[in-house]
Amino acid sequence: MDFSTLRELAAGNTWGSILPEILLGVLALALLVLEIILPKEAHRRIPMISIVAQLGILGYVLSTFHTTYGDSFNGMVAQTPTGQLFRVFFILCSVLVSILARTSLSRQVVPRVEFYNIVLVVTGAAMLLVQSRNFIMLFVTLETMTIGLYILVSYFRSNAGTLEAGLKYLVMGALSSALLLFGIVLLYGVAGSPVLPGTTPNAMQFAALNSFLAANPGNFTAAAGIVLVLSGLAFKIGGFPFQIWVPDVYQGAPTPVTAFLAVASKAAGFVVLVSLVKVFAPYQWLVSPVLCAMAAATILFGNLAALKQHNVKRLIGLSGVSHAGFILLAVASIGTVPSAEGSVYFYLFVYLIASFAVFGVMTALAGADDTNQELGDYAGLGRRSPFLSGVLACGLGSLAGIPPFAGFMGKLFVFVAAFRAGHYGLLVVAIVGVVVSIYYYFGWIRAAFFTDEPGASETQPGAATTCSTDIVLRIALALLAAGSIILGFYQGPLGHLVSRQ
Amino acid sequence: MSTLSFDPLLIAVAAPLAVAALIALGTPKSWVIKLAYLGFATPAAMAIWVWTQFSGVAKESHGYAFVTRYATGLDAYGIGLKLGINGISLPLFVLAGIVGLAAGIYAIQSNAERMKTYLLLLLVMQGGLMGTFASVDVFFFYFFHELALIPTFIMVGIWGGRDRTYAAMAMTIYLTIGAMLSLLGLIAIYSRSGANSFDLMTIRDTLAATPLREATQKHIFGLLLFGFGVLVSLWPFHSWAPLGYGAAPSSAAMLHAGVLKKFGLYGMIQIALPLLPLGAAHWSHGLACTAAIGNVLVIGFVTMAQRDLKQMVGYSSVMHMGYAFLGIAAGSTLGVGGVVMLMVAHGLSVSLLFLLSTSVYHRTHTFDMEQMGGLAQDTPVLSALFLAATFAGIGLPGFANFWGEVPIFVALWEYSHWLTFVAVSGTVISAIYGLRAVARIFFGPRSAAFERVAAANPPRDIGWSERTPAFILVAALLFVGIWPRSFSTAINAALTAPSAEVTAK
Repeated sequence: MDFSTLRELAAGNTWGSILPEILLGVLALALLVLEIILPKEAHRRIPMISIVAQLGILGYVLSTFHTTYGDSFNGMVAQTPTGQLFRVFFILCSVLVSILARTSLSRQVVPRVEFYNIVLVVTGAAMLLVQSRNFIMLFVTLETMTIGLYILVSYFRSNAGTLEAGLKYLVMGALSSALLLFGIVLLYGVAGSPVLPGTTPNAMQFAALNSFLAANPGNFTAAAGIVLVLSGLAFKIGGFPFQIWVPDVYQGAPTPVTAFLAVASKAAGFVVLVSLVKVFAPYQWLVSPVLCAMAAATILFGNLAALKQHNVKRLIGLSGVSHAGFILLAVASIGTVPSAEGSVYFYLFVYLIASFAVFGVMTALAGADDTNQELGDYAGLGRRSPFLSGVLACGLGSLAGIPPFAGFMGKLFVFVAAFRAGHYGLLVVAIVGVVVSIYYYFGWIRAAFFTDEPGASETQPGAATTCSTDIVLRIALALLAAGSIILGFYQGPLGHLVSRQ
Repeated sequence: MSTLSFDPLLIAVAAPLAVAALIALGTPKSWVIKLAYLGFATPAAMAIWVWTQFSGVAKESHGYAFVTRYATGLDAYGIGLKLGINGISLPLFVLAGIVGLAAGIYAIQSNAERMKTYLLLLLVMQGGLMGTFASVDVFFFYFFHELALIPTFIMVGIWGGRDRTYAAMAMTIYLTIGAMLSLLGLIAIYSRSGANSFDLMTIRDTLAATPLREATQKHIFGLLLFGFGVLVSLWPFHSWAPLGYGAAPSSAAMLHAGVLKKFGLYGMIQIALPLLPLGAAHWSHGLACTAAIGNVLVIGFVTMAQRDLKQMVGYSSVMHMGYAFLGIAAGSTLGVGGVVMLMVAHGLSVSLLFLLSTSVYHRTHTFDMEQMGGLAQDTPVLSALFLAATFAGIGLPGFANFWGEVPIFVALWEYSHWLTFVAVSGTVISAIYGLRAVARIFFGPRSAAFERVAAANPPRDIGWSERTPAFILVAALLFVGIWPRSFSTAINAALTAPSAEVTAK
């Protein structure tokens, strides 16, 4: 038998380059199969199986971290160091969401396994999204991700608040997809116009679009397309003026899903935004002011709106908006400062660790009504549970950007990038934002540490009085708190990775 | 350059932090106290060892000794944990060690609620303080300062006195603004110097070769001045200080007012003045007038009007910072050297005053000086120590403060005659409120209120638990007061270094 044909086929095979995503898909299907074949009493083990398998995939990604980089699938996706970094990022997110969900779902009467299944699909889509180098790939993966999130947001379907959040997210998500698609179509259309210089039939490809834009710096239709694409992405990251869905959806969604939205969805939006900003580099004159204005408005809106919140889910949502503003500060600097890109990625990692620490504590403390978590529920936490309050302090300290926590390093790199790019006015806005943010993070800390429990009569029937937490969640929280501190002064390999680019 | 050899600076920084980590990880109760003693004594021992060895060891450029560098993964940003001591940081490093030891002993002996957490936060603060003054890397200089600052807020919020939540909030917001502004200024230096490094030695070399333009220097110095100014309670950004110190538990107030607050002045002297001489010249006049009229005169009168003992000490520390700013504004070697001496002296004397005020409170159950009187009959040692602290604060010869204030006044005379009059009149003001406080608390007849308190629990003189830290501080004040050369040689060498540096190249 002649093996040369097979050898050729094998040489041209690029499926191996997306093996982690394929493994996640297989795992997702396997979970559904397990639910059918396993006896009913073993069903509660399925989440743990999912978590362990994901850790295995994470190990695989880490062991093949320095793989051969390059394009595959005819340039649809590209393997880059950034892509590898965010594969790790999204799998970490997915593992943590699964761990949070074990606690959160146990309080509700809802189907279990489907939740973990959808989380895996969304994760796989997000991993492909950050590697995509083609608008079709980008749109398909983005939609896969978003549709999964539509389901997850309204997962606690017996709760009116959750359903409202689901509907809002659906409408807003559809609108943002439409804007994005319209922008893509405009760009594709104008690049295909035969009368323009540098015309290309292949404008879905980022590289081709980039050279077309370079040949036509100042085309109105292209500019409109760029603004629409940026608007579509602004929805995903919660940038002003497209942040309006954030508080309601964050409050209504189940806490693990809120965490997923806040971290994974936002990170995916930012990584795509960074690669598109580089594609749109010839339109720097347009992209940079738009991003700067958006950054300033996002920082101010997020922080000022968070000031008066008493519901912790809304508070963390709005603080997340302000974090998006800080990251936009670095994104706006990418055109002129090469180190800005690394600072975006570092900030996202730090945000992942700190956010999940806070969301983990929120999950542990949430009562039967997941949407009703008030600052008052945290009164006396410092005495009730030193462990949870310690983790909360690490997470909030990191989000507030206070040394020695990692959040400070994230902010420092962003500020350095913005300073080098000469965005002095934006830096002033950012500093105002940081000071304002200290106020509401401090309010949370005050509730947890400086105030005592509200008497023996339980005023909040929804609040859990016991602080007994699942051991897996405890381990994860301890690791996250340690990570928040260690990354604050020793960045090690991650520091090398993000400051090299 | 990282080696495994004996590194006193790293040990001084790491020991309190390691002990804090051990306590956080759940050390048994019987061990906590012993470990805490170790955590506070080690930095003090290392500081004194460094002090004794400093004149003998080999110096690297800019007079830095004991230099070591540990990579932290951010070499591309020019960030690394680089430790070293020069003549300016040496006195403050020693100050941090001594005041930390005193505050630590005092905290261990006090019976605060939730002792473990209290000691843990204090140890983190101590580690941060040692790190601040041992860092050559500007990034870590700032980082360690914040590390020491955060526990202060929490300690005020949990263990504070009256209005603790409000005081904690006000302090947090004020000091965060100050810290953010100074961070922006430091980033500006980092970015504009072109050195692509946070290493102060590298930045100094780069800027010595290619100084910044005058306009740039003015802007950056302005940022640093306002940022550091808020942190050092420059008038009119001082209002957090009396409020915060009034509410803070005594050990936290000792460490913050005594040591941490010097961060801003230290930053001005170590970073802003040598790197931005033209900026300093531009701002010096405004700074001098603000400090003389605002901090010394206005706050001096405000201090005189205080009835609350702790508030008075808090305001007096704001006032003394005015002298330090005047010395910096004068800018001469004599003036700046005087500021370094004053920082040490004021750090020792103000932490002694905070310690003794709390001791007074334990006996009178109030901070209101109108409701005290005649305490000296029952507590001769306490009143002697308090009198010594007051004399030191006024700046009598024999105490370290004298060697801080006199050079500043001499330097200021060359700078501006009329400001010197204002400044010197400040010593009269501090003599008035200081001595009046002593008179009200310790002498004269007992007030009716105190009579009732004393009848219920008769005041006893301070025991060894309070005496030990107080004696440590008084001894240090007298030692420096009688033998100022122990620091001034190193300070002089560091301040006159720029000329030496040119010849060295």
